[in-house]
Amino acid sequence: MKRTALAVVLVALLAVAVLLGVRFGSVPLSTGEALRALTGGGEATHRTIVLELRLPRVLLGVLVGGGLALAGATFQAILRNPLAEPYILGISGGASVGAVLVLTLGLAGSGSWVLPLAAFAGALLAIGLVFRVAIASGRSMDVRVLLLAGVVVGAFFSACIAFILSVSEARTIQSAVLWIMGSLAGTSWRDVTLAAVYSLPAAAVLLTLARPLNALAIGEETAQYLGTDVERVKRIALAVAALLTAAGVAVAGVIGFVGLVVPHAIRLLVGSDHRVLLPLSFLAGAAFLTLADLLARLALAPTEIPIGVITAFVGVPFFLLLLRRSMTR
Amino acid sequence: MRIEGRGIRVRYAGAKRLPLDGVDLDVPDGELYAVVGPNGSGKSTLLKALLGVVPLESGTVTLDGRAVGDWSRSELARHVGVVAQSESVSFPLTVREMVGMGRYPHLGALQAEGPRDRDAVDQALEQADVTDLDARDVTTLSGGELQRVRIARALAQEPRALLLDEPTSSLDVRHEMAILELLRAWADEGMTVLVVTHGLNLAARFADRVLLLSRGSVAAQGPPAKVFTAEVLEAVYRWPVAVHSDDREGVPTIRALRAGEVGRPR
Repeated sequence: MKRTALAVVLVALLAVAVLLGVRFGSVPLSTGEALRALTGGGEATHRTIVLELRLPRVLLGVLVGGGLALAGATFQAILRNPLAEPYILGISGGASVGAVLVLTLGLAGSGSWVLPLAAFAGALLAIGLVFRVAIASGRSMDVRVLLLAGVVVGAFFSACIAFILSVSEARTIQSAVLWIMGSLAGTSWRDVTLAAVYSLPAAAVLLTLARPLNALAIGEETAQYLGTDVERVKRIALAVAALLTAAGVAVAGVIGFVGLVVPHAIRLLVGSDHRVLLPLSFLAGAAFLTLADLLARLALAPTEIPIGVITAFVGVPFFLLLLRRSMTR
Repeated sequence: MRIEGRGIRVRYAGAKRLPLDGVDLDVPDGELYAVVGPNGSGKSTLLKALLGVVPLESGTVTLDGRAVGDWSRSELARHVGVVAQSESVSFPLTVREMVGMGRYPHLGALQAEGPRDRDAVDQALEQADVTDLDARDVTTLSGGELQRVRIARALAQEPRALLLDEPTSSLDVRHEMAILELLRAWADEGMTVLVVTHGLNLAARFADRVLLLSRGSVAAQGPPAKVFTAEVLEAVYRWPVAVHSDDREGVPTIRALRAGEVGRPR
């Protein structure tokens, strides 16, 4: 019952978040105007603002936020580590190196696809490297090796970024730092399509793995005895979650905190059954990032705050409160 | 289910000594079979070898006549329940959710649990005496409670064979006895029960046959009264023991001796 109630609340929250997201901005619209524009009516300028400018951005927030939360919950289950999050395998570091290189070499102007592509390539490089190390140590994949390799590869990429930035101009440094902190600004429908093509099938695959993830969360040996093909599930789930993360980073930068905090918050509310945890994490992550983006746009308008800053500012106190409540219960 | 092993040899990478060096065993339907031996004698490795989770260097393991490697993991889980030595619960789950995992091998990826599955879980909860705990978070249970929940999970699989690695090591007398009485009753109904234990007296009282391992090899195998002799046990455990079998049914009672007791007439 509690689970159904939370699902209803989250769906409603997401709907409200999307509506607020298309309503507010530099041109203020009323709720009615926003709704009319969404359904293809109202003034032509309103339709342009809502359908061409705001809606793609809001939908990208939904996909990236949901994807990060889902990937985070998956990593936490497979690595059996509550501190795991989507960037733990060095994915964010790899993506950032790709993006920073493009910005420093001045290639960003040669096409809007260059930056996300470079970031995605960097993320894939990191994933490939980390998986290679973890699987090379035997035929089975050791998640402890994977975790260590991820942390070390991440540190290496951080050093790369520091080096590249140290030889860059001040303006490049600023745009690189802003990219790293994440943003949904300037989203086009193409970005949304790209993210959707990746995120939705990946999310569907992860949802079908909910039971094996439950089993894996209590240990690989026991999971085998409960009929789980452990190596197969580990590889599929990690690869899919990593690609989901890579796609998110490529289009929106390194948005921290969603993938760590949202799954924990859901766990505190409804427990760790992944059949519930995964879909609710997706919904909550989507709503959370959409609302965070709204704040990022409005709080200091016309200046935009990096969305990663907002997710931490809002997420940390909320999570600490939730933690405290669960401790005193 | 008949569990048969022939010349089981296992090698761990980098280890000089083979953890298992030519072990034979044959456990028929309806037998309660105990595997005993000192620390590091290969008891847990034997259990893993029988379940196909450690690779054999040589030898064969067959379950109902079929090589263990030919069973898929989910097929195996529909027939064999296992309580491993330890597991770590990293995230909060309720007892009912944990025991419900025993139904996973019976369910398709997107298939929901039916009344049949709920009945199996209810029954398993009751048999392991954890019905009252069903809404509790497993991370808050005592060691003994968690152990009974894990046994309940294996029961919920509705297995034909049950393999347990030191299932009663953290249980009090009541639950230790209750679990072994239960294992005995299931064996009498036809289930194959293989239990790894340090409890020599428990093995002597409940098991049909005992396998005594010593440094990866079989030191003795047979009915408890044959295997548990002072000579054999002292040689394997390298500690003086006294064995009495004044029990009416001839069940041996093993007592490890204190320093002052050695040399006195047994």
